[in-house]
Amino acid sequence: MKIAISSEGDNLNSNVNSRFGRARYFIVVDTESMNYKAIGKTAASSAGGAGTKAAQLLLDEGVDSIISSNVGPNALEVFQAAGISVYKSINDTIEKNVEEFKKGTLEKIELPTNNGHHGEH
Amino acid sequence: MKGYKIAVLSGKGGTGKTTVSSNLAKIQKSIYVDCDIEEPNGYLFLKPEIEKVKDVNVMIPSIDYDKCTLCGECTRACRFGALTKLIKKILVFDHLCHSCGACYEICPYNAINEIPKKIGAIRVGRSDDIDFIDGKLNIGEASGVPIIKEIKNLIKDTDKNVIIDSPPGTSCSVIHSIEGSDYCLLVTEPTPYGLHDLKLAVELVKEMNLPFVVIINKSGEEDSIIENYCKEESINVLAKIPFKKEYAELYSKGNLLIKEDDEIRHTFENLSQKLMELIGK
Ligand code: SF4
Ligand code: SF4
Repeated sequence: MKIAISSEGDNLNSNVNSRFGRARYFIVVDTESMNYKAIGKTAASSAGGAGTKAAQLLLDEGVDSIISSNVGPNALEVFQAAGISVYKSINDTIEKNVEEFKKGTLEKIELPTNNGHHGEH
Repeated sequence: MKGYKIAVLSGKGGTGKTTVSSNLAKIQKSIYVDCDIEEPNGYLFLKPEIEKVKDVNVMIPSIDYDKCTLCGECTRACRFGALTKLIKKILVFDHLCHSCGACYEICPYNAINEIPKKIGAIRVGRSDDIDFIDGKLNIGEASGVPIIKEIKNLIKDTDKNVIIDSPPGTSCSVIHSIEGSDYCLLVTEPTPYGLHDLKLAVELVKEMNLPFVVIINKSGEEDSIIENYCKEESINVLAKIPFKKEYAELYSKGNLLIKEDDEIRHTFENLSQKLMELIGK
């Protein structure tokens, strides 16, 4: 299974970054082999839509699940439409988060019911 | 002859911007224009009779799946993250769309149609002897600039004077609201926060090369906070609106100050006269 985790740094010992749309890196990990790759976010522009842009980046990587926090309603909508599960990260390293994910202890984030219209300025 | 356009602004909301613009418009018999489209409140004080309501639409993309090959070009072209490519479809986040047109341009298969979407409305009316215009942006929309542009279009050629109540802050909508004004009134309060926000507003109008003066609202013992700064920067403090409990009460009841209080009426008459002299120069 391929999962993506929002990260402060570019390797498994980096800490998670809890702000999905603003994370500097995403670490994409193969949970079986623990092979990983770091994606430096290219779309970190301020024009808005940071969340959906990051979501697109991960869709294009073909990930199955996401581990992060503070995922905005737009990005969540993308993941839901694409059938990708989103899990809430714990404040620790990437590696530790993957371990917890494998144990099944991470909390799943669902689309908020009031997902109407949220401005992202 | 074309009328003067006077923009009233402040670094943030709640400094008395609407008080100054609505009372001044009434004194001068100018057209009152509320460009504070996220929270227009001038109508609360001017109580206009609305004669016309006009929807403001923007164009948003709609994907024609008979033509779309899901090549993804459009999602990469969108700077605002309003388009996302899934396996079988393109997700359009219309409230992130800024109607920039990049996606239509780039689509190699002509698979994107423009469809109109309402983002708000403009109201035109009369408040006794003055004309009234305001705009309102629907909640959650990306940008109110299209509404402001339409409002500015309505007042472009009028021969009457216009008072523009601009949005708070220094965003794009503020820039569009005050652009082309003959004079700017920067409303502030004598507090450290007031000074901080005033500085931002001053920076903006200087950058835009617009002539401006400062008005101190809730004026009192602390005025020196603002006055010292203005002195250093050679900025003219045109008027001071004193702080009084009665004014706050009148405001909270939605009353125009100049209608209820002779002293404040006098303050505004003075302000108006001095302002006209400045503009005439
Ligand atoms: S650019 Fe045109 S063809 Fe390509 S995904 Fe977008 S709409 Fe479809
Ligand atoms: S019009 Fe511009 S902002 Fe709107 S979806 Fe197309 S590219 Fe994005």
